[in-house]
Formats: sequence, structure tokens, C-alpha cells
Amino acid sequence: MTKQQANWSPYDNNGGSCVAIAGADYCVIAADTRMSTGYNILTRDYSKICKLADKCVMASSGFQADVRALQKQLAARHLIYQHQHNKQMSCPAMAQLLSNTLYYKRFFPYYSFNVLGGLDNEGKGCVFTYDAVGSYEKVGYSSQGSGSTLIMPFLDNQLKSPSPLLLPAQDAVTPLVEAEAIDLVKTVFASASERDIYTVRRQTRTCYHKCSWYPPGIHGT
Amino acid sequence: MYPYVTGTSVVALKYKDGILMAADMGGSYGSTLRYKSVERMKPIGKHSLLGASGEISDFQEILRYLDELILYDNMWDDGNSLGPKEVHNYLTRVMYNRRNKFNPLWNSLVLGGVKNGQKYLGTVSMIGVNFEDNHVATGFGNHLARPILRQEWHENLSFENGVRLLEKCMRVLLYRDRSAVNKLQIAKITEDGVTISQPYSLKTYWEFSAFENPAQGAIGSW
Repeated sequence: MTKQQANWSPYDNNGGSCVAIAGADYCVIAADTRMSTGYNILTRDYSKICKLADKCVMASSGFQADVRALQKQLAARHLIYQHQHNKQMSCPAMAQLLSNTLYYKRFFPYYSFNVLGGLDNEGKGCVFTYDAVGSYEKVGYSSQGSGSTLIMPFLDNQLKSPSPLLLPAQDAVTPLVEAEAIDLVKTVFASASERDIYTVRRQTRTCYHKCSWYPPGIHGT
Repeated sequence: MYPYVTGTSVVALKYKDGILMAADMGGSYGSTLRYKSVERMKPIGKHSLLGASGEISDFQEILRYLDELILYDNMWDDGNSLGPKEVHNYLTRVMYNRRNKFNPLWNSLVLGGVKNGQKYLGTVSMIGVNFEDNHVATGFGNHLARPILRQEWHENLSFENGVRLLEKCMRVLLYRDRSAVNKLQIAKITEDGVTISQPYSLKTYWEFSAFENPAQGAIGSW
């Protein structure tokens, strides 16, 4: 009598790509709107972006059920923070919380590839990039998800970020203005969608600006 | 861990007055058609309709969980009742939780409903993947029905056109899904409540000339 083998996987990859770019006084975060499984499309109209705090937004691709659970966890912890400290969490604070939350499940990970974007306490754009178990870094721009291998080199070329190894440390935020950065994001999705079957051109995009911020909206091509 | 008695596809779409959902009445035991009168769609509370494919006993378990949920909701006696969005969220959490414990409920669920004029249609898989859309399907329905729905669905379908569209999907499934049976129900949920039709069969046509003498164009051993 052979032992019963498990023939289901607790994970699935629902695909998609996320991008974030930080500027001197703005931050653009975008993610495509396709949700897939295997070679099928489940839905064409799904937002991978979640607003965690006033000035902090997370875009996540990977296994959607884990992403959703992660978003709920962070939202709940943020609510507690607000009750205890009578203020919103800053983007750097949320960045640390996300890292800790991901590592908490180090031995049954959230299959979620995240990019956090927003404004820091001085109103400067900040982007944090993560792996599935919480390793993170503050950067000037990042992409995660199925199209990231196509997107990242293009961003490296266009944004010409200084090496993080330089001393003294040089600012990684891009000197581009917001309109140029948004244009770059649109171009990035147009390109990635050509060759990555899990990424489409259509995105949800959020822009944070020092003076005002635009709520997440679905912007097309 | 694997399923024993299973139901096949559920297909659902939003139409003018609410949601239409269709599912056949088969309960397969592997490749045997064991049960032929399984109701795979059930009303939940006042505002929702749940359809399930996959393991039938797990579906029955889910109905027991939902009975308790609705009971506690009613016991508040506060004039408020759980809408389809809330029920869908609850189901998603239940399915995800079981997946976390490596003991999944082996179902793909479709949850539709109307509350306060707002139509809602969502789905959740056995590992907790969930989303809402204008039309959804489980199992084979994803492969065979969704493409038809993507082509022909539009906002504000009339009841007759909605049923016609669902029947078109179910007919294709009947021809091509080996676990499908020709005994189905169509359920409707609107602001006024749930109606589940009596079981009936679809007319099928087997005389397409292209299928007569199929080896005509390629004589050989296969």
C-alpha cells in the first residue's frame, strides 16, 4: 500500500508586474491589471495596489491569496498603530513592518513580491523593494513580478542611478519630473507586455506628490 | 488528499436585475456518474447565492459553516444582514485558512448576490485565490465558457438573453466536459430574492456533418 501523495500545491503564481519610481518630491507606483493561473486569464481587471497608510502604497505580485492576507495583516497592524500613536505610519516605518511581517512567515512564506512606495517624513519620494521573505532595501526605483527581468534593466538604463556602493552615499531618487516618470512607467508596461505573457499594458497607477496626492486610479495605455 | 465525489463547472454572470448562475446536477465518483440529483447551488441568507464545484462533502461542510454565520447574523436582530461581499470575504478567509493548515476544502466556489441595488459576483478557489468580475466560472468552465462570455457578455443583459448565454456555455460544456451531465439548474438572484429553477435538460445536436465519418480527411490508424 503506497503512501498517499499530496497532489495539490498551497501556492500558485497569479502573475503580473509592479513598478515604483521615486523623485525629489513625488513617487509613482504602478502595477498591471491581469490576474492569471497557468496559461489562463482569471480576470482582466484586478488591482495589485493597496494603500497601506496616508503616504504609503504597496504594489504586490505573486500568489494573490497570500498578497491579500498580507495586505489585511498590514492594514490591521496600521490600525493598531494609529490607535496607539494617534498618527499615520510613515513610509519608512511601514517598510520595516512589511519586512518583519514577511520574515515572520519565513518557514511558510507569503509568496508575495512587493514594492512599497510613498513619501518620507520630509516629503521626498521613497521606494522600498522586497523579496518574499522580507529582505528589503531603500532604492530610487524598482520592479517586481513576472516582468521584472524585462523591466529592471530598462529602468537601470533610463534612470542611470548612481552605484549604491559609492561613498559618500549618493541620492538614488531620480531628477526626472513627475510627468516624465509617469511617461516612463507607461513605456515600461508597454514594453514588458510585449514579451511577458503575464503582464498587460493596462495598469493601475498612483502618484504621490508632496503638495497633494492623486488617489489610485485605473489609467490605461 | 484527493476528492471523492465531485461536481463539475459552475458558470455565472451579472445581468440587468442581478446574477444568473448555472450548474449541472452530477456528482461523479471518479469516472462513475454516481449521483444525478445533486443541488450544487444554494441560497445563503437573504442576499446571496453560492455555487460550488469540487468535493460535494466539503460543499456540505461549507453550507454548515454558513448556516452558523447566518444564524449569528440573524441573532443580532438589528435589521442588518450580511451581503454577498461579506459572505464572499468570509468564504475566502475559510478557504485560505484551511490551505494554511494543509487541509484544504476541495472546492471552487462562486458567490453571487444583490444588496441595496449593488450586484456582486465573486469566486474563490481551494487555495484562497479570489476575485470578482462580471462573469466567472469554475473548472472546465474557465476554459470553455469564459471565452464565450468575454465575447458575448455585455452590461444590462435581459433575463432571457442572460439565460440564453448561460445555456450556450452549458451546452459547450456538455459536449466537451466528460464529467458534465445533461440535467441542470439555472438560478437567479435579484433584489427580491433567490429562485432556483427546476432541473431540466438542454437540447443537443449530434448530426453535424463535420463529425460524420471523421476519418474522411485523414485515413489512417489514428
